[in-house]
Amino acid sequence: MWVASRELATRWCVANSRQALSLVLDKISTLVWCLIQPMTFKNMAKKLLGDPINRVDGALKATGRARYSADIKRPGMLHGVLVMSTIANGKITAIDTADALKVPGVVNVMSHQNAPKLAGMDKNKPSEIATDRVLHVFQDDLVHYNNQPIAMVLAETLEQATEGASLVRVTYQTQPVKLPLPAGKADMSTPKQMPRVDDQVDTKRGDLAAGLAAAINRMEETYTTPTMNHNALEPHALLAYWEGDKLTMYNATQGISGCQKRVAEIFGMPKENVRVITQFLGGGFGSKGTTFSHVMLAPMAAKLTGKPVRLVLKREQMFGMVGNRSATVQRLNLATGKDGKLLATAHHSITQTSDFDEFAEPAGTITRMLYACPNLDTTHKFIRANIGTPAPMRAPGEAPGVFALESAIDEMAAQLRMDPLAFRLANYAETDPNKDKPFSSKSLRECYRQGAERFGWSKRPAQPRSLKNGNYLRGMGMATTVYPMNRGESTALVRLKPDGTVQVETATQDLGTGTFTIMTQIAAEVFGLSPDQVTLSAGDSIYPTSSVSGGSRNTASTGSAVTQAAQEVLKKARQMALKDPKSPLFNVAEAEIVVQKGGQLQQKSNPKVGEALTSLLKRNGNKPLEATVQSKQGDEKGKYSMNAFGAVFAEVEVDELLGEVRVTRLLGSFAAGRIVNLKTARSQVLGGMVWAVSMALHEKTVFDPRNNRVMNANLAEYHVPVNADIQEIDGFFIEEADDIVNPAGVKGIGEIGVVGTVSAIANAIYHATGRRFRDLPITVDKVLA
Amino acid sequence: MKLFSYAQATKPADAVQLLGAQTQSKFIAGGTNLVDLMKYDVESPDRLVDISQLALTQIDATDKGLRIGALARNSDVAANALVMKQFPLLSEALLAGASPQLRNMATMGGNLLQRTRCHYFYDVSQPCNKRAAGSGCGAIGGYNRIHAILGSSPSCIATNPSDMNVALAALDAVVQVTGPNGSRSIPILDFHRLPGNTPQRDTVLEANELITAVDLPTTAIGGKSHYLKVRDRASYAFALVSVAARLAVENGVVRDVRIALGGVAHKPWRLPDVEKNMVGKPATETTFRSAAKALLAGAQPHEHNAFKIQLAENAIVRALQTVS
Ligand SMILES: Cc1cc2nc3c(=O)[nH]c(=O)nc-3n(C[C@H](O)[C@H](O)[C@H](O)COP(=O)(O)OP(=O)(O)OC[C@H]3O[C@@H](n4cnc5c(N)ncnc54)[C@H](O)[C@@H]3O)c2cc1C
Ligand code: SF4
Repeated sequence: MWVASRELATRWCVANSRQALSLVLDKISTLVWCLIQPMTFKNMAKKLLGDPINRVDGALKATGRARYSADIKRPGMLHGVLVMSTIANGKITAIDTADALKVPGVVNVMSHQNAPKLAGMDKNKPSEIATDRVLHVFQDDLVHYNNQPIAMVLAETLEQATEGASLVRVTYQTQPVKLPLPAGKADMSTPKQMPRVDDQVDTKRGDLAAGLAAAINRMEETYTTPTMNHNALEPHALLAYWEGDKLTMYNATQGISGCQKRVAEIFGMPKENVRVITQFLGGGFGSKGTTFSHVMLAPMAAKLTGKPVRLVLKREQMFGMVGNRSATVQRLNLATGKDGKLLATAHHSITQTSDFDEFAEPAGTITRMLYACPNLDTTHKFIRANIGTPAPMRAPGEAPGVFALESAIDEMAAQLRMDPLAFRLANYAETDPNKDKPFSSKSLRECYRQGAERFGWSKRPAQPRSLKNGNYLRGMGMATTVYPMNRGESTALVRLKPDGTVQVETATQDLGTGTFTIMTQIAAEVFGLSPDQVTLSAGDSIYPTSSVSGGSRNTASTGSAVTQAAQEVLKKARQMALKDPKSPLFNVAEAEIVVQKGGQLQQKSNPKVGEALTSLLKRNGNKPLEATVQSKQGDEKGKYSMNAFGAVFAEVEVDELLGEVRVTRLLGSFAAGRIVNLKTARSQVLGGMVWAVSMALHEKTVFDPRNNRVMNANLAEYHVPVNADIQEIDGFFIEEADDIVNPAGVKGIGEIGVVGTVSAIANAIYHATGRRFRDLPITVDKVLA
Repeated sequence: MKLFSYAQATKPADAVQLLGAQTQSKFIAGGTNLVDLMKYDVESPDRLVDISQLALTQIDATDKGLRIGALARNSDVAANALVMKQFPLLSEALLAGASPQLRNMATMGGNLLQRTRCHYFYDVSQPCNKRAAGSGCGAIGGYNRIHAILGSSPSCIATNPSDMNVALAALDAVVQVTGPNGSRSIPILDFHRLPGNTPQRDTVLEANELITAVDLPTTAIGGKSHYLKVRDRASYAFALVSVAARLAVENGVVRDVRIALGGVAHKPWRLPDVEKNMVGKPATETTFRSAAKALLAGAQPHEHNAFKIQLAENAIVRALQTVS
């Protein structure tokens, strides 16, 4: 259970005198505001760019007092260490555990020979929902990929379990291995569905052949991206224990409610008997959104041994069993007419999935809607390989797909000798050409304009290879970025107490993005209170069910639930006031009653008339007012296309003789509806842009070409950028009001930073060198001239 | 990882004695390489002899140059005034390696003996002649982008990953060691080995010998030096290719030169004949490029590392241009 209370907040402040001071100042300014506010007549409007307040849990994290799932202890707890397969396809013929069991402290080795049978095992099959994967939970002797969990050593200490795991001897019967992309292109098939089930697998619009025939300029190129692994800083970890038939798990998950449901389903037990707690998360990027095998294995081992079991994945174990981003091979065709307008677009994607489950990286979906183009074909195919099943990874589909699309757009602009930004503006989509619907809001023009101005885009010479800095060639590139507004179902309870404080309860988790902080801000704003007057109880499945933190959907989902529940409470307060003869607002029309800063109800047309929420509640039985709201998408989805947009500008320097690329400047402008907290939001988009540097220049999971074993399963060899790789970087938000999109008025910001930035960098490298790099990552060996 | 016992040595002689004849004992200095290898079960010592407290951390001027204790920390050596003044090349190479946290722990002796980063060496489920003699070489026919282009053998194509070693090679360093049979001095070019058919042995050091110091002789002819490291990211990455260059030019003519290459072979790659040949030639790109080609003559690429040949050539030329 996670509670951000005022008392706690005060305690944290003691540890941080600067913050304490600002809190005091806040209080003073609130006070001053209360004194002067009767003179203001304006109704409180939602702030489009919310206060950049510090995280409610910042001090706990900075001082090491935040308890992550791997930190939780339980008396008598055993440590589990997994034994992983060392072949990619075949069968286990023997598991010799004799030496492992001899290690002092080792109490058991769980494998398919003795693992508890699972009542709901029939549910363990390819599912409609991308987050419900086929799990390997020791129910048979089959091996489908290298580094698959096949046994678990249980011991009193981590050291004993680790030594035990190194002594388990496994023999196999091996089968030929199906290779991942780009080698394994045989046996392509069409996926049954896309991860977002309402995305079509293939689409056709107009007549592609006719569009191509009518065009003056055409281009066709293939773009490839590698397999990648999420590698959150915090490894996957959980502590599981049983009390009778009730299971409790402290689990690092992006989806508390989804995890609760899935674990209950596979154990074949009622959901109420599973409690999932996630107090803090050290990132997930999609790999903790799915309930993967380890989440079942720890409670199974706890059942087998009758003891609490802690299981923490080693870094190398995070390369396979907890998802990856599919490699892609994408063919793009673009064709334009005399005026530079797109006449034809085709985007054909090949991705990969495992040989036992289906996940289709939706690489072509953005191409359908980003630009106006009358004739368009998109298709998705995948191959099957002996690898762990891919999963959503920060901007699944959009990141590799938009790299290909926005590179192709840049190539076409170059062919037309048009400025890349002007070419994009010439093909601006005023309505969504895929859904044939209006956008709920789209401020992309403003993103282009302000971004270009701040970046100094007008200084970019048209000719590539025309800027130099010593041994470096310098280039500038840009790209459009976009992310659809996703919204799931969430429920929240909001309780307004007579002392004027508010309590919010919802099972949501905080990935590390600041969810706990902004939920308190959202509730506070509805009541005109300051966030420190709001207590959030979250991170635990005992609270109302909430959405997964994935697909940039949690603020739209849980934030909307909190908004609606708070508004419901406020409505009750208004009605209480207008029905209460002792209230100055007695008999005032409900619509006339507004809330002002400081938790003050007043009459809109006559602000002198009003009273504090606290006095209203005290007079009316001194009881709290509360409401629980289950919030989900309504018919707006059928009427509108809802997306966040942005523009990313990049400057790079390339030392061609040494093959080195440095990203010297990155700037992103984003329009994503209402921004609840400018500080945490900016961190999200900057983090996304850093992620894109990683994808453009560094990340690649390397498989041995003979046995699909990942050969760089550690952070020394699997590269992500370090500080020195990130130079000047900035991101800012355009004010965008959108009352259609959802009650919170927000669009997702967790992934949009990644999407266009990858190609902005690649396009800048083209501008620097005059050479096009269509295969990621763009590394020394490729750039070397 | 296997359970092990631990002993701390206070004097060099005790260290050698504590290690004894047991082949399963190992010295531990900063531990930044050994502990990782133990976690991966690549090294499984029964016993660790901790030498980090030995009084071998000093850096002293000698009549021939400098003596750096084997336990001096990489960060201390890089920041030492004597080193920075007389051998800035060493400082530059050390600072190009690893991260500040690692350099604060890493020692001279440990860095000299750090093991290859070959992916197959690190993964005990895979064949590797260096880790398990006779099991085969996983990198040949596997993923070999970081592997050697020079001096490899059909048994092993690994590289020595150290930056410091490349600088030491260009500085004609001498490694001082002591063992049960007394002390000896080993010139740096003889210290690391080529793999041949015994890739298990990285160096000529015996298992029970302790490195006590590294000597750096003052150069007869002054000049400029530069360590150029090409890597996959701006920091915290091993060299794909690196060059330690020292060059003295007089009236546009090469008077003295040392060129050592990293990331290309099982040991820092130096060919004194090529250097001799450059003396008296004009200090121009033509001279540098033909020397580079001579240094790389006989380079043998594998499936994923052919780019290193061109890269090394360009890097040598760039490094020499920087100091000419
Ligand atoms: C993530 C990462 C990145 C790195 N990046 C780089 C890089 O970019 N460039 C680079 O050059 N290095 C890099 N390193 C390697 C680092 O430089 C070495 O780990 C370090 O130098 C080893 O020194 P140590 O004292 O910690 O050795 P230890 O780990 O203590 O010992 C290493 C070996 O040397 C032996 N040994 C140590 N001292 C002596 C002695 N006096 N006599 C005899 N035997 C001895 C030990 O028995 C052991 O076998 C990196 C390491 C890591 C973990
Ligand atoms: S290159 Fe050397 S270290 Fe690497 S697998 Fe082959 S033998 Fe082992």
